[in-house]
Amino acid sequence: MLRFLINRLMLLVPVFFGVTLVAFGFIRVLPGDPVEVLAGERGLSTERHAELLAQLGFDKPIWQQYFNYLSDILHGDLGTSLITNRPVVEEFFELFPATAELGVCAILFALIIGVPAGIIAAIKRGSWIDQGIMSISLTGYSMPIFWWGLLLIILFSNTLNLTPVSGRLSFLFDVPPVTGFMLIDTLLSDEEGSFLNALHHLVLPSIVLGTIPLAVIARQTRSAMLEVLSEDYVRTARAKGLSTFRIIGVHALRNAMITVVTVIGLQVAVLLAGAILTETIFGWPGIGKWIIFSVFSRDYFAVQGGLLLIATSIMIVNLIVDLLYGLINPRILHQKSKS
Amino acid sequence: MNTETAPVTSIRSQQWKEFWFYFSVSKTAVAGLIFLILVILMALFADVISPHGPAEQFREYAKLPPSWMEGGQAQFFLGTDYAGRDMWSRIIHGSRMSLLAGCVVVVLSLSIGVLLGLIAGYRGGWIETFIMRVMDTIMAVPGLLLALVLVAVLGPGLLNAMIAIAITYTPSFVRLTRASTLTELNRDYVTASRVAGASPTRLMFVSILPNCMAPIIVQGTLSFSTAILDTAALGFLGMGAQAPIPEWGTLIAENRDLILNAPWTVTFPGVAILLAVLAINLVGDGLRDALDPKLKRS
Amino acid sequence: MALLEIQNLVVDFATATGSLRAVDGINLTIDEGEIVAVVGESGSGKSVGMLAMMGLLPWTSTVTADLMIFDGQDLLNMSNKERRKIIGKDISMIFQEPMTSLNPCFTVGYQITEVLSQHFGGKRRGYNDKAIELLNQVGIPAAESRLNSYPHQLSGGMCQRVMIAMMIACQPKLLIADEPTTALDVTIQAQILELLIELQKSQGMALVLITHDMAVVAETAERVVVLYAGQQVEQRTVKQLFKKPKHPYSEALLNALPERANDKLLNAIPGVVPGQMDRPLGCLFSPRCDYASALCKETSPNLNDGILCHFPLGEESIKVESQ
Repeated sequence: MLRFLINRLMLLVPVFFGVTLVAFGFIRVLPGDPVEVLAGERGLSTERHAELLAQLGFDKPIWQQYFNYLSDILHGDLGTSLITNRPVVEEFFELFPATAELGVCAILFALIIGVPAGIIAAIKRGSWIDQGIMSISLTGYSMPIFWWGLLLIILFSNTLNLTPVSGRLSFLFDVPPVTGFMLIDTLLSDEEGSFLNALHHLVLPSIVLGTIPLAVIARQTRSAMLEVLSEDYVRTARAKGLSTFRIIGVHALRNAMITVVTVIGLQVAVLLAGAILTETIFGWPGIGKWIIFSVFSRDYFAVQGGLLLIATSIMIVNLIVDLLYGLINPRILHQKSKS
Repeated sequence: MNTETAPVTSIRSQQWKEFWFYFSVSKTAVAGLIFLILVILMALFADVISPHGPAEQFREYAKLPPSWMEGGQAQFFLGTDYAGRDMWSRIIHGSRMSLLAGCVVVVLSLSIGVLLGLIAGYRGGWIETFIMRVMDTIMAVPGLLLALVLVAVLGPGLLNAMIAIAITYTPSFVRLTRASTLTELNRDYVTASRVAGASPTRLMFVSILPNCMAPIIVQGTLSFSTAILDTAALGFLGMGAQAPIPEWGTLIAENRDLILNAPWTVTFPGVAILLAVLAINLVGDGLRDALDPKLKRS
Repeated sequence: MALLEIQNLVVDFATATGSLRAVDGINLTIDEGEIVAVVGESGSGKSVGMLAMMGLLPWTSTVTADLMIFDGQDLLNMSNKERRKIIGKDISMIFQEPMTSLNPCFTVGYQITEVLSQHFGGKRRGYNDKAIELLNQVGIPAAESRLNSYPHQLSGGMCQRVMIAMMIACQPKLLIADEPTTALDVTIQAQILELLIELQKSQGMALVLITHDMAVVAETAERVVVLYAGQQVEQRTVKQLFKKPKHPYSEALLNALPERANDKLLNAIPGVVPGQMDRPLGCLFSPRCDYASALCKETSPNLNDGILCHFPLGEESIKVESQ
């Protein structure tokens, strides 16, 4: 298990450095004079320019700049936001739980509906149920999610008044942030009704963000189940006289989920991209909204730091998914050992 | 010489017939194809078809609902936006943007991706490692985010958005092509060609590439539809096509404030995106089923 | 009373190109403790017939029979729930590819104890001791530690032993072995066959051995049923068949044994088993039969004393069948 983990980590190292290069280089390829751009001042006098140049470290040779940048990263310093003057790392981790919470709820939504839908579609292959499920998931896959979000807001928030329009919690509640996860914090606080309120706010954004993963998971589960159901060991399970429920739910599903777990891993990157759009629509105070704002307000250090942190988070999540995959599929773990 | 070429052409036409047979089995794929052709025609003949100009403003008729609703007018089929521009005309013209974006993105990412993939697979060694690590790095950053950052660097606009998106799609093609190339390299016909003295270029493009085309075509179709979605997303965020260009995503962004009063201005451009992408995905599904030898039923 | 009685078993498959008759009239009677071999080439329907009886065929199949009774119970018209009570417990089946027939995600111990808890109730873990006992019985060394092994950690022969252990766990009255040694090394083949016979004796169960290997038939079975293209062509005791086969196909099969080859060439049977599209008029074996006459090529033969042939070998008088 440990060897497996180290193996995976080794593969990540060059990618990590690649991303640092991208983040590092991005500032230096911006149009215009980087000093002017970063300082936000125009028409700099020569002395002021030289002063800022030295301050930013741009007067040093490029390889040294990169080296300094790397050592800064390893010390946990990813620069300071040009807008708020706070360390980028601080801002990121303050907003990260909101996105993480949304992402987890979205994936849960996608799994709870998508996996059973895929199983049913596989069992009833060719029937109208199967075709219906596949059509719906194809539609979900083809929608622009920002439009889908707006549509749901029009329907549920405006017309039916069922869900709140934006934010994580009604401003009537005062919940002290402990973990940053609203669902946990509301449970910890003694504000009555705040938990349900937080849940209420999570419904629509989770559905919107989870729609594409839902479609993908449903399709993948279906094709994985179809493949597994025709395997020899399923026939053996039937020959043992096991109940249909056990055959499908235990024997077949366990093997089918192997493929599906890989798919979930791929969905993490999709989720983060989707979060950018979803958080913008729902005014959700997370990483997505923050990075958009940073790009627009030309807060380049925030963008640079955000890019690196987001990419690293995705890599870590993918690693965790890989480990989970190893747990479900014993063959991967035992790859090095032979009987 | 003649006897050599005749069988080749008939094999080609036989392949087409066989391909069409498998493709047409899926009615949804055919329906998608028909719709797609309609959209293409709509884009090509936009000036002729649309009742008004996309930028023509009818100030007196601003924020009119669709013609079938109360207060709507027949001449403005889908209603008008905040500046009195006919939504239907704008959507028709917007199809040009979306299709253009899809084409440019796929052409760019496919050609560069396939080329890099061929080289990586064929050459191996450090060239392959280098190319694959670069692709891994690009894939480590979520597509939309990378596109955003690239657009921030290049400046907003439809063309820059297309270039940025194309860069984010390139790794998929590289991986696909490299994997196929590696499989093909071991085959006897490649060894035979090499022994016969074929140059690397000839080997790559004439011998190996045609046999990798099936998954590349399927991925290309998928990228086409995703490109339309991503272009619309960038347009929505204000980083893609800039107003008053009637790109569908930009249309939604422009009218976002009207979401309460005039929801049709936001709904219909989205429906257009949905239908176009759905059609392409149906065609893509049909292509995959027709081209995938494992699924062929005898 | 016979343990298993099958009469006129017919299995049809619905395919994209029409209906395929995979099994066309099998008759089989098995008494307790008997060993019967079912022999035929690939495509003869030998596996399909037994799978049909167990109810393990896909939904595209249609199974009909005049009679299909096991231990006094009507298998044909039984509900699925009822059938599940018998399968794995009173009738068991082991398959050809042991490596892929075991679930890769679960340990050996899990899969053996599962069948016990399914049929006898109670928690799976409670059957761990019984599982160790079974593994010992089938000759797997270090049985206790093997309980926690995964199938991919075992060799083909070991996997087959595990399958056998799994399928005899409930002490079935009838065990069907579908080409159990075909996918294994030659050296292991003999061991597995020996094991099967040993278990058959000690547990007193009936054994149906499906195989294409006549040598295996000679060594193990008491009676043999010969199948060709889904039809049953001959059913005799092994001694009788080997001494004097009555159907040309049986004779050809025996002649194809390496032991009976002359100098340099094996006596292969020319041609192939007819598929869905190229079924000949008349006798299905006629295109490949040394003795085929005009009658054979035009008319399908009826069962002649259990032999499906117009002119069974060794008959003095030629019987002309009236339609």
